[in-house]
Amino acid sequence: MHTHSIASQLAQLRSRSISSRELTQHYLERIKRLDPAYNSFVTVTAEEALKQADAADSLLAAGNAHPLCGLPIAHKDIFCTEGVRTSCGSKMLDNFIPPYNATIVENYLQAGVVMLGKTNMDEFAMGSSNETSYYGPVKNPWNVGCVPGGSSGGSAAAVAARLAPAATASDTGGSIRQPASLCGISGIKPTYGRISRWGMIAFASSLDQAGLMATSAEDLALLLNTLTSFDAKDATCIDHPIPDYTASLSQPLKGLKIGVPVEYFGAGLHPQTEAAVKAALAQFETMGATLVEITLPHSALSVPAYYVIAPAECSANLSRFDGVRYGHRCKDPQDLEDLYRRSRTEGFGDEVKRRILVGSYALSAGYYDAYFTKAQQARRLIQQDFVAAFKQVDLILGPTCPGPAFGFGAKGKDPVAMYLEDIYTIATNLAGLPGMSIPCGLADGLPVGLQIIGNYFAEGLMLNAAHQYQQATSFHTLAPANIA
Amino acid sequence: MPWETVIGLEVHVQLATKTKIFSGSSTAFGAEPNTQACAIDLAMPGTLPTPNAEAFKMAAMFGLGINAEINRRSYFERKNYFYPDLPKGYQTTQLAQPIVGAGFMEIETSNGLKKVRIHHAHLEEDAGKSLHEDFHGMSGIDLNRAGTPLIEVVSEPDMSNAEEAVAFAKKLHGLVTALGICDGEMSQGSLRFDVNISVRRPGEPLGTRTETKNLNSFKFMEEAIELEVERQIALIESGGKVIQETRLYNGDSKKARSMRSKEDSNDYRYFPCPDLVPVELDDAFLNAVRAAMPELPEAKAARYQNDYGLPAYDAGILSSDRTTADYFETAARVSGQPKLAANWVMGEVSAQLNRHEISLKDCPVSAEQLGQIITRISDGTITSKSGKTLFDAIWAGEGADADALIKSKGLQQMNDSSALEKIIDEIIAANASQVDAYRAAPEDKKAKMLGFFTGQAMKASKGQANPQQLNALLLAKLN
Repeated sequence: MHTHSIASQLAQLRSRSISSRELTQHYLERIKRLDPAYNSFVTVTAEEALKQADAADSLLAAGNAHPLCGLPIAHKDIFCTEGVRTSCGSKMLDNFIPPYNATIVENYLQAGVVMLGKTNMDEFAMGSSNETSYYGPVKNPWNVGCVPGGSSGGSAAAVAARLAPAATASDTGGSIRQPASLCGISGIKPTYGRISRWGMIAFASSLDQAGLMATSAEDLALLLNTLTSFDAKDATCIDHPIPDYTASLSQPLKGLKIGVPVEYFGAGLHPQTEAAVKAALAQFETMGATLVEITLPHSALSVPAYYVIAPAECSANLSRFDGVRYGHRCKDPQDLEDLYRRSRTEGFGDEVKRRILVGSYALSAGYYDAYFTKAQQARRLIQQDFVAAFKQVDLILGPTCPGPAFGFGAKGKDPVAMYLEDIYTIATNLAGLPGMSIPCGLADGLPVGLQIIGNYFAEGLMLNAAHQYQQATSFHTLAPANIA
Repeated sequence: MPWETVIGLEVHVQLATKTKIFSGSSTAFGAEPNTQACAIDLAMPGTLPTPNAEAFKMAAMFGLGINAEINRRSYFERKNYFYPDLPKGYQTTQLAQPIVGAGFMEIETSNGLKKVRIHHAHLEEDAGKSLHEDFHGMSGIDLNRAGTPLIEVVSEPDMSNAEEAVAFAKKLHGLVTALGICDGEMSQGSLRFDVNISVRRPGEPLGTRTETKNLNSFKFMEEAIELEVERQIALIESGGKVIQETRLYNGDSKKARSMRSKEDSNDYRYFPCPDLVPVELDDAFLNAVRAAMPELPEAKAARYQNDYGLPAYDAGILSSDRTTADYFETAARVSGQPKLAANWVMGEVSAQLNRHEISLKDCPVSAEQLGQIITRISDGTITSKSGKTLFDAIWAGEGADADALIKSKGLQQMNDSSALEKIIDEIIAANASQVDAYRAAPEDKKAKMLGFFTGQAMKASKGQANPQQLNALLLAKLN
């Protein structure tokens, strides 16, 4: 059952050839059996999932169910789930049970989608390897000696190991696309403002965007229709028409202009990754698209600008975790100062502390202009690069990551080496653009991701291009061994 | 050489919106602790602020009220500091681009009209309250107030003594209540004043200033300024130096103390709030605000003088705050007697309120009831004296309807000349020596002596005698 596409699973649910309970049970059994090796879930809500499945089956029987009704999926543990612990991968929130649902969780709940559980992640979404989680690292199903990428490593590993047909995820600097790339699955980060951030625990508010992971573009399109809604509870959510993302999947790509940025094929790119991406570009050409060499001259500023802006925003966003109202509180605080210091020292891991310190420094008196103002200027330049590029081309394609999955600890000692993992993905967050990663081959036997960057609100076109590519190739059907 | 005092004010004005600036929680005062704090106010993870349009409207009204430029584009920033009553660990406020730009107000001083410039006014959220009593060795946190919209009004240092500062504060109080954007309840913290004070010799550059925070009455403000000016002068004259610091004034002990010096001050690390988009105010919005602007105190005062013929002083007092103006105008409208209504509001009503130490909004006699009383005085049903009896009766809760009370208490004016004659005859009979003295007195003394008989007769009629009729009858009988 887990080898079927979501479209096929939904058809079987509607025709009653399988029940939601059967499908849900199938995945719960797989999680129980296989996940100890991957650690992709921090919470499995088996009992609640079966209840939801039964409710979905009643709706399906009644015949007027939502198109997604009865489909089980997993939620990244960054999304608040009413009554279900939402830890954000941190000891700080190990005891936090939200009294509300994130808007996207609520959207799926209303549609009758079943929640299997909550997936592991880097602490507060800060990391590119899933090694910073309080609940231990997630292992890459392709090679358990390798990282799955991060921060949505749990969602990526769960989908890659077919422990869930799809999972929600979030992307601040590449946290959907990079793990999707490293785990050989499809992931999409929509335009900033397309998806409500309500109930998604904030890392860097101006960059954070919720999205999805599945095994194909078609599955993503099916799920994106319901993920997307205008939400007045998020002041940065944009009230923009919501198309049916499945409607444009079959459009031919003839005449499509694809930009290939020279900056994305420079030093540091793994040769086999480069080869796989170039082969994918050639495939698009054969499907009728035109390749246009473009330049994004301020690309080199992305990583430094990001590592000022994201920490600056997180330094304020994480101030609420003070041990006063919820979350971790140190034992027997002596006074207020002690309560703050020990609760935060004990509750946060090293990477989170590092970023809070970096961000506080960048915003402090005397440094603000040198760091924060400069980074904002760089951000504008990067955005203008894309605006100029999209005057010439419809989509921009390139590698998602510099190379395939790496071993645990390989980049742990040098934070900057880890930060460079997101060198190709960060710019889209800074510009607020939508981005995808789809599998396009292997490097050293591990998956390689092709990144597709679209113009604002061009998710439909991106999914269309990805789907056409997946119709012509079979990289997205490759799965890790040992997941039967 | 004399000293010169330089004073600037920062005023926190709680806006009278029904809900908070970034959440749907109620802003009503006095609820059980933490019953008006939702997930957003508690800064629960994943929650986001949604701006309250009403707060922007009120801030814009304030801007128009102080003749200020309204910034078409303003944005919120985060002011970072840790305190338990600040749930997010930052206050959402405005710094670089506040909603209201430079403006001014004119105040009455003993040297005439003075213009006080306002540097800007910005929108922000209030913090919660820390309660340090009642919890042994711990502090209680009440987040009902957290997220209440404020405008912080920052004046230029244009005031040179306590009198001017208080005049400015009162004027501001009058403006925000007239606009209906603040309930003006200072004892509940609806309006809080921070006073920046420095002293210098005339012609010298500005001295080092101190800030006395959170003054919540005009009286405390006046006291705190006088005390601080005295302290600074004494300090400098004895060879000391004023240090920049924040001070607290205790209105009960009449003492002030240092709260923190500039060295301990936080680096607030302001930066634009990424959860909110910049506020863009368009022409339609501003036109709607302009159209909704109520009459301001100065215009009201002018109208009272022109239409009602009130003296400037009376017009100024009655228009100075919204509650008084509304009360007066209602009483004037109901009775059709604005001058009488003005006298009553400034006289009897004000005196009774002072005696009972309550404010006009809690006055047991409504403006409509006062209007009825005045109507009955002016149409001759009751005397002014009975009017006061009637007012006291309504105040005491003896009844709500003036006419019913006039009847039940028998307050109707005595217009029956035979009854009055009977009273006068009895007084003349009982006071033979006074009658003789009156009759023997020279003409120019008689008017004064008549007062005795008028008083006796009024008393005997329980204040209900028609004064003109009584006078005429007395004169006829005595002469």
